[in-house]
Amino acid sequence: MFDGYSLSELGSIFAMQGFAGLILFSVFVLMALGLAIIFGQMGVINMAHGEFMILGAYVTFVCSHLVGEHAPWLFPGYFFIAMALAFVASGSLGMLVEWSLIRFLYRRPLDTLLATWGLSLIMQQIFRSTFGAREVGVTLPDWLMGSLSLTDTIEVPINGLFVMALTMTISAVVYAVLFRARWGRGVRAVMQNRVMAGAVGINTEKVDRYTFGLGCGIAGVAGSAFTMVGSTGPTSGQLYIVDTFLVVVFGGAQSLIGTIASAFTISQAQSTMEFFLSGSMAKVLTLLTVVGILMLRPQGLFVLKVRR
Amino acid sequence: MTRSFLTGTRGELLGVGVLALLVLLVLPLSLDVFRLNLVGKYLTYAFVAVGLVLCWGSAGILSLGQGIFFGLGGYCMAMFLKLEASNPEATKIQSTPGIPDFMDWNQLTSLPWFWEPFHSLTFSLAAVVLVPSALAFVIGVAMFKRRVGGVYFAIITQAIAAILTILIVGQQGYTGGINGITDLRTLKGWDIRTDEAKLVLYFVNAALLLGCILLCLAVRRSKLGRILVALRDKEDRVRFSGYDVANFKTFVFCLAAALAGVGGAMFTLQVGFMSPSFVGIVPSIELVIYCAVGGRLSLLGAVYGTLLVNWAKTSFSESFPELWLFAMGALFIGVVMAFPNGLAGLFQTHVVPRLDRLRGRGLPPVPGPTRMAAE
Repeated sequence: MFDGYSLSELGSIFAMQGFAGLILFSVFVLMALGLAIIFGQMGVINMAHGEFMILGAYVTFVCSHLVGEHAPWLFPGYFFIAMALAFVASGSLGMLVEWSLIRFLYRRPLDTLLATWGLSLIMQQIFRSTFGAREVGVTLPDWLMGSLSLTDTIEVPINGLFVMALTMTISAVVYAVLFRARWGRGVRAVMQNRVMAGAVGINTEKVDRYTFGLGCGIAGVAGSAFTMVGSTGPTSGQLYIVDTFLVVVFGGAQSLIGTIASAFTISQAQSTMEFFLSGSMAKVLTLLTVVGILMLRPQGLFVLKVRR
Repeated sequence: MTRSFLTGTRGELLGVGVLALLVLLVLPLSLDVFRLNLVGKYLTYAFVAVGLVLCWGSAGILSLGQGIFFGLGGYCMAMFLKLEASNPEATKIQSTPGIPDFMDWNQLTSLPWFWEPFHSLTFSLAAVVLVPSALAFVIGVAMFKRRVGGVYFAIITQAIAAILTILIVGQQGYTGGINGITDLRTLKGWDIRTDEAKLVLYFVNAALLLGCILLCLAVRRSKLGRILVALRDKEDRVRFSGYDVANFKTFVFCLAAALAGVGGAMFTLQVGFMSPSFVGIVPSIELVIYCAVGGRLSLLGAVYGTLLVNWAKTSFSESFPELWLFAMGALFIGVVMAFPNGLAGLFQTHVVPRLDRLRGRGLPPVPGPTRMAAE
């Protein structure tokens, strides 16, 4: 498998594939963060999570067109506006869904799964009717194009670096909101013991709604970031939903650090293997390993000890 | 609730009788061969739905990977038929005669080892049942012994469905890739593409389905079936009573897998091909909705649910293809929010009391047409 490559070439291959893995890792983390909040903290299986992400991607797509046509002077910075809009769009849709659907199903997790799957089918068809079945891409501003050459053989694309920086920022913000802010303390209290949290005066319904909205909003931002590294179609969300769930479960559903660690492991394993095997076999091997480990260690990598 | 004449063993057998009348007599007499073949195809999904009633409705194990077992059963049958269709005379224009055409296209020069045993019909028929249950056994033992259940189990089975699809599509030379195994012709020299063969296969399929339903009814009425319900409702209490919960769960999961395998094999025989599009995440979750629409607690309801959803799918996709996904999505949400017990639940609450009243007045019971009207 390593025949025909010199040592320095191998080094470059690992560095380049490692970097490709880092970009995949960033996308995984962004997608999984929202799901870690909704699934890990709230225990709701949101099969439509991928579609909330795609909603963010389409918002970015529309934004890039509108800004490009009507306000070209804004174009270099349109991405930040698009991301904010994607967050608001996905987040408010998430809150609407929580109010109309999810809140009746907190005690029936398996039914939530089926209902949100139905929601995902409806959203896919709406995307298809509105934007067409073909995949769309956005035009990147100039400063995001091109790549930096580190050595003769190693190059890193700038949009990848941007996505990574974005991921780190968002992870830090989510961590701060959930574990440092007063609001996050309320969220964690409700998720650990709903009745007691209600008894000490926390409005649990409101917390549920905003938490679900936050998770969906982050999915929207993830979709927005996703447009920079890939194109978006109506069914793209479905392609990633299983990977995302595996990332969250593998990391240990209630642990945010675990989610990040497992996203890192899975993405690095996949992109390194992809160079030596065919893409499909790399994916099969990665997923099989994850499923195998989960069968031996069902609680995932990191376990948060909670007294029930 | 007062006891109705439609509950209990007698009621269940009456229901099976009505279903038998419908699929063995009414439908063959009223439909042409093409439509009947379509119904036959739907009935192969009903095998999976019936298995899901046992697995999900009775025992509370939601598997989102029933497509895996349906597909495995179908592939086992398709491999046998494909080997028979690619005898050296029929494939003499290939660079390696005697191997399936897609292998030749992918530059394979000999039959892979795991295809060899599928020359034998006995082996293939055994494999249809045993391969899915063996995989289900491995998954079941690994998960249930570690007390993984509910949502986690659903996600893992879904992941396995995704893995299997990627594997089948990726290994084109061994599996036929995305197109699947196509161009199946004869079963032991008997052409399965003629109208008579389709008719015969329809009746074999319907009879097998009725047999499977009777088997599941027997399982549900046995002590085993009661333990399954008990562990769905209070797993810990069953465990503390000294039962090994994991074994019961594994058994029912294997049984559902075997039923799905039989359904898959009948699908291959009637439709004439098998492809990964019946294995993955989307078909697997559609199989769950058939069961949910029919009623997750009712074996017969699952059959009617399967027929109804598929009939709706076919007629919707013919006239308004873009509306179908909306209808399907609404069906998922509606069944969960408004009718958790599906058609069977509606039948129990609305039709059964009326039938009882009719019977109480001395009128003869007419369950047949009324039941069909309720569907």
